[in-house]
Amino acid sequence: MNHESLLHISKREGLVWWQAWLIRLASLLLGMVVSAAFIYTITKLNPVRVYAAMWDGAFGTTRRAWVTTRDAMMLLCIGVGLAPAFMMRFWNIGAEGQILMGGCATAAVLLYAGNAFPSWLLLLLGALVSVLAGALWGIVPAFFKARWNTNETLFTLMMNYIAIQITCFLVAKWENPKGSNSVGIINSRTQAGWFPSLFGQQYVMNVILVLAIAVLMFLYLRYTKQGYEISVVGESENTARYAGISVRRVLIRTMAISGAVCGFSGFIAVSGSGHTISVDTAGGRGFTAIIVAWMAKFNTFVMILIALLLVFLEKGAIQIASQFQLNDYASNVVEGIILFFLLGSEFFIQYDLRFRSHSHKKEVQA
Amino acid sequence: MKKLLALLLALVMVLALAACGGSGSEPAGDADQTVMEMPSTPEPRDLEPIAPADLKIGMVCIGDDNSGYDVAHLTGLRSACETLGVPAENIIYKYNTPETEMAYDACVDCAEQGCQVIFTDSYGHQEHTLRAAQEYPDVTFFAMTGDQGLLEGLPNLKNAFNHTFESRYVSGVVAGMKLAEMIANGELTDANYDEDGNAKIGYVGAYPYAEVVSGYTAFYLGVRSIVENVVMDVQYTNSWFDQTGEGSAADALMSRGCCIISQHADSTGAPSAVQAAHEAGSNVYCVGYNIDMRSVAPDAALTSAANDWSVYYTFALQSLINGEDVNVDWSAGYAEGANKIFPLNEDIVAEGTAEKVAEVEAAIADGSLQVFDCSTFTVGGEHPTSFLAIDLDGDFNGDVGEAIVDGVFQESTLRSAPYFSLRIDGITELNAG
Repeated sequence: MNHESLLHISKREGLVWWQAWLIRLASLLLGMVVSAAFIYTITKLNPVRVYAAMWDGAFGTTRRAWVTTRDAMMLLCIGVGLAPAFMMRFWNIGAEGQILMGGCATAAVLLYAGNAFPSWLLLLLGALVSVLAGALWGIVPAFFKARWNTNETLFTLMMNYIAIQITCFLVAKWENPKGSNSVGIINSRTQAGWFPSLFGQQYVMNVILVLAIAVLMFLYLRYTKQGYEISVVGESENTARYAGISVRRVLIRTMAISGAVCGFSGFIAVSGSGHTISVDTAGGRGFTAIIVAWMAKFNTFVMILIALLLVFLEKGAIQIASQFQLNDYASNVVEGIILFFLLGSEFFIQYDLRFRSHSHKKEVQA
Repeated sequence: MKKLLALLLALVMVLALAACGGSGSEPAGDADQTVMEMPSTPEPRDLEPIAPADLKIGMVCIGDDNSGYDVAHLTGLRSACETLGVPAENIIYKYNTPETEMAYDACVDCAEQGCQVIFTDSYGHQEHTLRAAQEYPDVTFFAMTGDQGLLEGLPNLKNAFNHTFESRYVSGVVAGMKLAEMIANGELTDANYDEDGNAKIGYVGAYPYAEVVSGYTAFYLGVRSIVENVVMDVQYTNSWFDQTGEGSAADALMSRGCCIISQHADSTGAPSAVQAAHEAGSNVYCVGYNIDMRSVAPDAALTSAANDWSVYYTFALQSLINGEDVNVDWSAGYAEGANKIFPLNEDIVAEGTAEKVAEVEAAIADGSLQVFDCSTFTVGGEHPTSFLAIDLDGDFNGDVGEAIVDGVFQESTLRSAPYFSLRIDGITELNAG
């Protein structure tokens, strides 16, 4: 009996899925209320107008909605790539590098074969080499982990810097015009190797490809033997070994897949969006996607929502800076508060919080 | 993480640039080469006049009001709009726009919101500005400080650059006056001289680009117009904005004995470092850029070189209001009021500086003083006589456009962006290939 403690925390059991989502929704709303209070006290702006401006910035015009979608898809793709690695408890911090390698490989195809092949073949080739390059960048740390049990967090992180160096080297090599330290828009006249517009929209193909990958990854993780092996290795390597699973093989195979998907997002970044390659091609999204993957608990469909939310906050930030002269710092605070509440809500989903009282127990929710 | 990444990036840039910097001195001249000509400027467009109240402007910035570089542009644009009667709410701002497709998105978003004029303020925005300019031929795009307008030949893409080198020369004169005073008072120690008895000064540069080379050379020549025996070390940071990197570059230069530090990078890192050293008892001073650095280095900043962008923004917007097209390239300096230095730090500048500055500014404005007078400097021991400024085929060698006319290197006349990239005697680049 711990009759002295005022607060009693216990693991929750039997929370129905919609209850969990209710808690999440409540925390999102609460985060927005706190942000609104912050906005009002600091700037005396009407928070409703600020939120309306954020919405306008992200979805106000058709073009904006598509740009938001494009960026959300990019983030989603990387998150989907990270999911299998994280499920295996393999801390792949190297998405940034895997994206860059995929991007470089794609750019190389577009630059060197731009005039030689038809556009569809270029796209196919770009996709292929980007997947290979990303996979390679994933396999290297996995191999060292499997073989010599190196620390994959540091290893994948360091692989990023190698990728950045390689990208810098290639940018210097492919500079156009020379001395500009940028590759310029690749094939800007012919648009060879660019994603074609579908249904009159530039970014439809990005959406189709990424959603297809998200569905496939969901099925792979949830319903295949390999997916099961990943979660067993993630839970306990010893259990996996006892069950006759080759941990080494699972490690390397899973990281190849993880790297390949991240590399593929490099392909999307180059062929489907930026049409250039620079060290900013990944732009920190390899790290942001970690939040996407974790908050969604590796459920690729939930990732769609998280990715959209993050990109919405980013685009909204641009708009409130423009409209109300609220700079970066203000929107960072708003983003921080909302993420804090969302992450915090997981605690209330996992645990039951009760205050001790003599007569009755009062339940406290987020 | 971002910081670490940026730091490593910077490191990488050094290597990457070092790798390609070496090819700059290779001799040109391929017998089979076709004769190349200066690109011709596109025909001026027929434009409709626009009422100032209807003029909608997009302003895409790489930073925001926290960066001196952007502030110079923002102040210029805002004061131009005030002069011309363009309502302030007609400006759509896009702050903190990286040099990626985000810049293209920002341009297109401005165009979709009905902007007739869109400015991007960073050099690296220009490829994305160009892409937007191709898609929106009726909108006039200004890639400020860019250099591709002339080569691309798009009628709706413009470049502009002030004669920053003139401001730098004048700020160099201020530094020179101080240096002369320090030498006369015997304030310098042995560490402040090189083995040949030249006083040492330093310069924190962003990248080894012509823009930076042109600027530091002008500063150095300004100093040397006062003090004959002076050498300068240049330390690159490989970033336009890096508070820490610029600070440690300044520290490195001071530890080498440089007693006056100037800069071509956008943060207050270098002046802050010099102020700190000054407070710790070192006899060092600095010359800033873009911001009146007296705010961060009240005891060390002599003055700061500056551009007055309002001259160009006013000119460009006025032209469009009148329905007149502007030239692809525009460049102006002291003569037009586009350049200046911030007020002198009266407590520390040498006696007679204000008079000297007034004299030099007047001479630059009336053309009697040429900053890059080839008789005042040498390259490899010789006074240069020829320099082709415009590189058409991307091999780092100028192909057309003789820049040296009548013994003077004519900066920013063939195109607005600086192209003075001669490495003159007396200046040492510490960390460039």
